[in-house]
Amino acid sequence: MNLFLDAFAWLADPANWTGPGSIPQRIAEHLWVSALVLVIASAIALPLGALVGHTGRGREPAVMVSGGLRALPTLGVLTLFGIWIGIGLAAPVIALVILAIPPLLAGAYAGFESVDRRTIDAARAMGMRELQVVGKVELPLGMPIVVGGIRSATLQIIATATLAAYIADEGLGRFIFAGLKTRDYGEMLGGSILVILLALVIDGCFALTQRVVVPAGVRATRTAELRSGPTRSRTIVGRPNTEGNQE
Amino acid sequence: MIEFRGVTKQFPDGTIAVHDVDIVIPPRKTTVLVGSSGSGKTTLLRMINRMVDPTGGQVLIDGTDVATVDPVKLRRGIGYVMQNSGLLPHRKVIDNVATVPLLRGESRRAAHAHALELLDTVGLDRSLADRYPAQLSGGQQQRVGVARGLAVDPNILLMDEPFGAVDPIVRAELQQELLRLQGELGKTVVFVTHDIDEAFLLGDQVVIMQQGGLISQAASPAEILAHPADSFVADFVGADRGKRALHVTEVDGRRVVVDADGRAAGVLAS
Ligand SMILES: Nc1ncnc2c1ncn2[C@@H]1O[C@H](COP(=O)(O)OP(=O)(O)OP(=O)(O)O)[C@@H](O)[C@H]1O
Ligand SMILES: [Mg+2]
Repeated sequence: MNLFLDAFAWLADPANWTGPGSIPQRIAEHLWVSALVLVIASAIALPLGALVGHTGRGREPAVMVSGGLRALPTLGVLTLFGIWIGIGLAAPVIALVILAIPPLLAGAYAGFESVDRRTIDAARAMGMRELQVVGKVELPLGMPIVVGGIRSATLQIIATATLAAYIADEGLGRFIFAGLKTRDYGEMLGGSILVILLALVIDGCFALTQRVVVPAGVRATRTAELRSGPTRSRTIVGRPNTEGNQE
Repeated sequence: MIEFRGVTKQFPDGTIAVHDVDIVIPPRKTTVLVGSSGSGKTTLLRMINRMVDPTGGQVLIDGTDVATVDPVKLRRGIGYVMQNSGLLPHRKVIDNVATVPLLRGESRRAAHAHALELLDTVGLDRSLADRYPAQLSGGQQQRVGVARGLAVDPNILLMDEPFGAVDPIVRAELQQELLRLQGELGKTVVFVTHDIDEAFLLGDQVVIMQQGGLISQAASPAEILAHPADSFVADFVGADRGKRALHVTEVDGRRVVVDADGRAAGVLAS
């Protein structure tokens, strides 16, 4: 308990809230690093996942790659890149991007795959071009799952971005590493609490977003299905269309 | 006019869905493709708007091989009504109906105004315009599907078992509605069903298909009843039994038509 008192004392100390290396500055750095990582990882993983989900091709390699990346220990990757590239932001950003790609990729292809094949077929039959099928049908309908992937990636990034401080003077991890060094456990725990709070707040925002992006018509479907009782027909995802060929 | 010339479709897995088919589909008439499940009706239909490309032969619309036409352009000019309506679940009724006109670059306002008129045309209340497909009954969804198919005022309207998923009463209603519409609009309708009664009711020309994508007979309902091409057709249309095997009997000097079970079907007009 004493430790927590120390942590709260540290958090409450006005001296920690101003000047260089203050809590607000570290939070800003933490968010900035996380956002940077998210943007880079998204730019790589989302189009790739969308492509896999849209075409139904390359699913196996995608699963394998994300499984492989998931197995990499982030701290090890970070150390490796740290030794290779040197001190600074580059190594942690790369390590975090690697960490973030699997959930983003999985969310993107699962989201695109989840769209009813018959709906996609109908869109194509009406004369939508492939990009229009993606943008006007698959993306809006798959969005909740895609956002789910972004959400879990973000949570992991924010939690793991503490490691950036291991090798760069960035983020809330500084408090944890500094506290560890000086045996200031109040600072260490305080830093951890800040990371947790930050992660929870951001996750809450995503939870909300995830709800908002469910298309109104789809929400209507859910209530309609509730109305019609337990004989709820499940959408079959990822099956090839059996009526006709796909381009 | 739509013309199939020696058209074959073999899917990559080896299934021959359509085999060496020749049909001429006359303009401004309704042609019904009828046959049991898996006989290749949908495949044949979808070759008209290039949702399926034939592996042999040609499909021509007004003399032009569709293989030479950009599929997107082709599809935007052909109405297509699907089984289970195929509506976009995340779009309101009005936006579903206006989808293709919007794709073709019409202004939103014009497309919506026209979509509302189409709701009238297919007998839907305008108040449904702002609903989502999931908030409609099956019959209403099918009507929206028909409205969407008509939205670009296409010369050709493809309908794939459009009334398959609704109950018999609504189905009969929709059939009458389609007959009325066709009387007004005079489209080239290609209609798929596995219900021979529906085929005879709606079709000016009826194409009877059998397994393996073979055409048994293509003719008017009257001709098919009068001269079934073979025993398969005779059996399929039930020409020699039930309510189709009609006899004339004389009752009090009037000639009454009765079916195979002796039930009165009508009176011969003099
Ligand atoms: N994409 C595909 N790949 C392989 N075989 C297919 C494909 N689409 C259809 N087939 C096969 O081609 C045959 C004809 O199918 P089609 O969908 O045209 O039948 P249909 O007459 O429309 O049947 P239904 O009345 O059940 O809709 C069937 O044997 C079907 O299994
Ligand atoms: Mg079919």
